[in-house]
Amino acid sequence: MSSSSSLAQHPGKVTGWRLFLKTIIARAYPRVIGQQRDTSWMLFDMLMPMGGVIAYVLVYRAIGAPEEYVGFVVMGGAMTAFWLNILWSMSSQLYWEKETGNLALYIMSPNSMMAVLLGMALGGMLASTLRALVVTILGSLIFHVQYEVVSFLQLFTVFLLAMIALYGMGMMLASLFLLLGREAWHMANLAQEPIYLVSGFYFPIKSFPFWVAAAASIIPLTLGMDAMRQLVFPSSFSLGFLTVSTEIGILLGLSAAFIVAAKLLLAYMEKLAIREGRLTEARR
Amino acid sequence: MASFAIETENLGRIYKIRGSKKEKKIRKELVALQEVNLQIEQGELFGLLGPNGAGKTTLIKVLVTLLAPTSGRARVAGFDVVDQPQLIRPRINMVSGGESSGYGLLTVRENLWMFSQFYGLSSKEANRRIEELLTMVGIADRIHTKSSDLSTGLRQKMNIVRGFLTDPEVLFLDEPTLGLDVGASRDVRRFIRQWLEEDGSRTLLLTTHYMVEADELCDRVAIINQGRVLACDKPSVLKQRLQRDAIFEIETSPLNGLSAEALESLPEVRKASLSETDSGAKLDLILVEEAALAGVINILTQKNIRILKFSKREPTLEDVFVDLVGRSMEEVETVGKDE
Repeated sequence: MSSSSSLAQHPGKVTGWRLFLKTIIARAYPRVIGQQRDTSWMLFDMLMPMGGVIAYVLVYRAIGAPEEYVGFVVMGGAMTAFWLNILWSMSSQLYWEKETGNLALYIMSPNSMMAVLLGMALGGMLASTLRALVVTILGSLIFHVQYEVVSFLQLFTVFLLAMIALYGMGMMLASLFLLLGREAWHMANLAQEPIYLVSGFYFPIKSFPFWVAAAASIIPLTLGMDAMRQLVFPSSFSLGFLTVSTEIGILLGLSAAFIVAAKLLLAYMEKLAIREGRLTEARR
Repeated sequence: MASFAIETENLGRIYKIRGSKKEKKIRKELVALQEVNLQIEQGELFGLLGPNGAGKTTLIKVLVTLLAPTSGRARVAGFDVVDQPQLIRPRINMVSGGESSGYGLLTVRENLWMFSQFYGLSSKEANRRIEELLTMVGIADRIHTKSSDLSTGLRQKMNIVRGFLTDPEVLFLDEPTLGLDVGASRDVRRFIRQWLEEDGSRTLLLTTHYMVEADELCDRVAIINQGRVLACDKPSVLKQRLQRDAIFEIETSPLNGLSAEALESLPEVRKASLSETDSGAKLDLILVEEAALAGVINILTQKNIRILKFSKREPTLEDVFVDLVGRSMEEVETVGKDE
């Protein structure tokens, strides 16, 4: 070690909203850069959903289902990237962060844990959007899906609100999963497949009885996909569960509710975890 | 603001532990800290010395606001750990030995930059300090290496840089040289000393179970066992309490059932500690008078135990620990594991 160099004293450190923003960007960074360095997602998040898409399309074509269903399936296959991301990289993330020792470092630094969660969400959203885009493009090219966008503004609004609500829900679940310990992994596993079914990833949720579809709407992707399908396949308006404007309204409500719930739960869980000593990895 | 960098008053922490599957409803209590009273001055390098499970890490967790005490109070940089954690956090940092923080896919520079952002450093300043600190710990050539590709020692050096990067007022190092080889440990100790000497307002609390590390580095040391602080003073003062005693180290053939109690029952033998070695055993003796040695040798002869090596030495912190606890740190850790 060199003894000649010296350390600078008290460098300018920002606080308040600037620290909040810095934290979001810094925590999003590993997710975005990680996607470039670990390309296993091409298999798990692209080829595997494509396999599901192909299977559904072949079945739908074999039974002579309306051609819009092919588009529904491609869109659903693309959106699985977001749900997988919510389960494995948001909900269970704080548990993994605890095991590696990162959570303790996040908590004891002066930033807000909400900023850390938002960073995780932003990074996950950006990475998953790329994956979803790849599946959409591949699926559309392979199955010659025709899109006819009714309103780009509405489409963008629905997608954005669905993402905000979905990642808000992920942030909320992250706090809950923190207290579950190893069971978090099982919970995520348990929630994966059933949500594909009830959220209508591969078929319109209107096929369900009203109350089942309404209950499934608590998952923001359910209404998000339903509205987006109505907006890009105008001939399928009759297959929509609710009107697009109603779904936008509900998504807006879900976004606010999940983010407020995430903030409150996070604060509560942090206090509880500090009181009970659950913030550091088991070995220490 | 209080004049102490760290101050604790009757600090205590009890963990509630769930029983096994059959006894799920039964909650056992584990006392990790009891009535800890410490006053650490600004600019001090203070050591917490104790075996594994003594309560060192629990104390650090309380001080860095990760764990609430169940009794008493603690203040860091003048602020209460329970009521004012938001005022403490910008002023502190912590590094634990053997930690695996950060992300393996990121390079050393990227990991350090990420953590610096959580403290609000500008990217320019962060990158400048990262290069400077990595040079100081001797791993500047690994700046673009993914952290998953680093050896344990190099990774620990990266963690140490992370702790120093934000230039905290109070730094907590929890077993910082755990698992490091001799050379890397020496580098880390030298770096710690240098960092403190550069600015008298910096305070460092170090936990270790390496006696030499505590002796070599710390201005003051608190010896802690079973959650209690047994003694707290400068290493030289702690050792002075044994200065009048005669301390002997004897290496022998296997002990043939000889116990420490049998030796301690001899007149003028204050403490005896036995440990197994490759060639047989090692006896550490604290004698009130050198003359007591005759009795010890007599017992060894009666038991057909051969003396392989014999030396008289100056007291160490290990002897102080044995004197306070009645057992060596190694013995305490072994008993703790068995229990």
